[in-house]
Amino acid sequence: MPENGAAPTLVVVQLTGGNDFMNTVIPYGNDLYYDFRPVVSIPEDRVLPIDANLGFNPHFAPVHDLYQRGDAAIVQGVGYPDSSRSHFRSMDIWHTCEPDTVATEGWLGKTVRELDPGKSNPLTAISFGRGMPRALVAQDVTVTSVGDLDTYGLMNGIQARQQRQEALDLFKRIYTPAVGSGPVTDYLARTGIDVLRGADKLKEAPKVYSSSVEYGSDPIGRSLRDVARVHLAGLGTRIFYTQHGGYDTHANEVPTHPKLLTDLSRAIGDFFADLREHDAHHDVALMVFTEFGRRVRDNNSGTDHGAGGGAFVIGERVRGGLHAEYPSLDPAEHDSGDLKHTYDFRGLYATLLEDWLGVESAPIVGGNFEKLPLFVQGGRGG
Amino acid sequence: MAETDRGLVAHLMRRAGFGATQDELDELTAKPYEQMVDDLLHPERFPEVDDILLRRYYLELNNPDTHGTWQAHWIYRMVNTKRPLQEKIALFWHHVFATSIGKSEHTPSAVAQIETFRRNGLSDLRTIYLDLARDPAMLFWLDNCENHSGEPNENWGRELLELFSMGVGNYTEQDIKEASRAFTGWTFVQPLPLDPYSRYPSEFLYLPGDHDDGEKTFLGHTGRFTGQDIIDIVAAQPATANFISRHLYNFFVSDEPQVPAWSIVPPQDPEAIEVLADACRSSGGSVREMLRALFLSDFFKAARFKKVKSPAELVAGAIKLSGMHRDPQPGLGDLSGATAVMGQSLLTPPTVEGWHTGREWIDAGTLNERVNFAVDRLSDPETPGIRRIIDRLECEGSPLSPDRFVDTCLDLAGPVEASEDTRKQLLEHAAQGGDLDFETERGRERSAERAVRMIQAVVSSVEYQFA
Repeated sequence: MPENGAAPTLVVVQLTGGNDFMNTVIPYGNDLYYDFRPVVSIPEDRVLPIDANLGFNPHFAPVHDLYQRGDAAIVQGVGYPDSSRSHFRSMDIWHTCEPDTVATEGWLGKTVRELDPGKSNPLTAISFGRGMPRALVAQDVTVTSVGDLDTYGLMNGIQARQQRQEALDLFKRIYTPAVGSGPVTDYLARTGIDVLRGADKLKEAPKVYSSSVEYGSDPIGRSLRDVARVHLAGLGTRIFYTQHGGYDTHANEVPTHPKLLTDLSRAIGDFFADLREHDAHHDVALMVFTEFGRRVRDNNSGTDHGAGGGAFVIGERVRGGLHAEYPSLDPAEHDSGDLKHTYDFRGLYATLLEDWLGVESAPIVGGNFEKLPLFVQGGRGG
Repeated sequence: MAETDRGLVAHLMRRAGFGATQDELDELTAKPYEQMVDDLLHPERFPEVDDILLRRYYLELNNPDTHGTWQAHWIYRMVNTKRPLQEKIALFWHHVFATSIGKSEHTPSAVAQIETFRRNGLSDLRTIYLDLARDPAMLFWLDNCENHSGEPNENWGRELLELFSMGVGNYTEQDIKEASRAFTGWTFVQPLPLDPYSRYPSEFLYLPGDHDDGEKTFLGHTGRFTGQDIIDIVAAQPATANFISRHLYNFFVSDEPQVPAWSIVPPQDPEAIEVLADACRSSGGSVREMLRALFLSDFFKAARFKKVKSPAELVAGAIKLSGMHRDPQPGLGDLSGATAVMGQSLLTPPTVEGWHTGREWIDAGTLNERVNFAVDRLSDPETPGIRRIIDRLECEGSPLSPDRFVDTCLDLAGPVEASEDTRKQLLEHAAQGGDLDFETERGRERSAERAVRMIQAVVSSVEYQFA
């Protein structure tokens, strides 16, 4: 366990749109890669080599650095059977762990229920960015959703300080539940008070933060900086959720994908540099996932929706290196033109839940799935 | 002639539309309630929204594939329509027949589907189902384009029965298979050109060679059924009348549990469902007549502030109150983003089951967004809607006592029917500032400021979250 007594914390980075894993961790040693991708492939001499077969995209250098420190695990070929090519459906499956039915509760929402059964902290889980992902939704679980940390909170549009305080006081009195006003009104009132409590604590985070790390001004850079600021404020948050959009590279992949990877990897590199500067990196693991990989063959401009993709788990206590298996590029092994997954994402979740957060996984991911040795000894349950 | 109760008219307009301005209420209360309902049920009596004007300002609307602007376009229509129920019934069917751009990434077909709901939404169930079954957005969304003779895809057949018409427990798995066979060969004209940026409109296409012409047995009927025959049978089922009645009740009257629970949890007001189902049966499945029965019923009139507003209702209602966006103005696009962060990205429901409504609209993040949106939109005394409220306060007389101040603001922001507790808190707040004074320049300025704060308190209240 971390020496400062802080509990293990999970940061999730969702890449929305279907990241092209084959162009992120590149099978540059395999001629088939170049045969299938005359337009979007990355030349061998630009790849940042991992071994004789695989290498990182040149725009992923900060993650390559973390990899060389032994802090980055690549989970290859992650997916699930009968992969859906629909963005929403596939993301939904990743969020709920329910490939066959449409479920309403998300895996992290259920995890919050285990981590804070008494609902004592409305900041146990925080989502940064617009909108609450289904992964964090569960009945009677409070999760805070922050668009912009610097402006988070109620009535921020009211400029005059005293008037804003008066408006907040009045809001608090109106939302203090009256007895017997009905279950929906009670719930709404309680939620209003939760927003106030959460905002009260959160507003301290930017005040106590200082760092020499300069993040990028792009959305994922800002989101991970917000995560760092809240984490360093020690508000008891165990799960942070961020999203990075734009990965649906059907067209014009050659100019767009490098920009995405540049922003993403810089943000991750800055985030861990920031945590190290504050000696707060021991208790954080960051997972990057996406809803699916993309087609093996390019379409002369980009790549269409595919199946088996890849995930990353990064942190000081992470056992860096290659995990699971890179899907075969051999056409005989494709699943209707896509890479076949080699590892079930629910095993990845189970590993994070049990070996990092210390929560029983089977009820959350819906069964028992093969875990990976992602954490070094001394990690929780490791 | 006696005026119709203003609170009741406002209630009707919140449910059958997206709220009413004070001017609209002044005009409406002069009419008998039955006449008001009849007018709502006949949108064709009133002029259309001028889309052409909007297109001159928002050039993106001339490009069929910019869905953010099309979402905002719909909110503009909700705010400005003289045919409120036409937009509301389109939103109703969008909730029930939830189809998302997320899969097709094809905006023209999504926009065309909503236009179809505007056109047929108040007609009869048979017409509505038949148009839906031939709708390109739906054909793609539920994979009927992959439903081939000899290789049926049951996605559409299943959801037609499970979510759109009868509900779980009223048909068998065999019925789904047989219905799916009947819809083989129902597909659409391919809208995707080779060039990755453009989109063509699509239309229904029937491929006789891909249709399974064999005999089918469906819900006890046997024949060489086509999709049209299946719809004739489905539309006439008593289960369909009951299921759609419950959908209408859930959307227009009071929040029911989420749809998958309906086969287990009985309706909160079975007699109301019976009234609506009766209207359905006796009118040959007319949605117009079902809604007439609904709006005229006592259970509807008694349901004021009993339903959590959807984000679209909250945003359109607050904008109507502000008096903004009555003609093309910059910033319209922000409104679609506003509903999205509150959990309702129009044209992009999360699944075919549609949005989870009622209390599930509310979490700490969405409530924060709802409150801040309304507060921000009503923050400037020179916003036309706020100006009118201030002018009306001044007309009430000066000095104006704190309780008259609070009650007038509650009235002009809705009327919003505040709980005793809420009213007490607003009153205590108002009393701290004493009487409103409009006699001097300084007094008028200060009163305007206080009016803004009071309206902001009202639109951030618990009550304002309800329709």
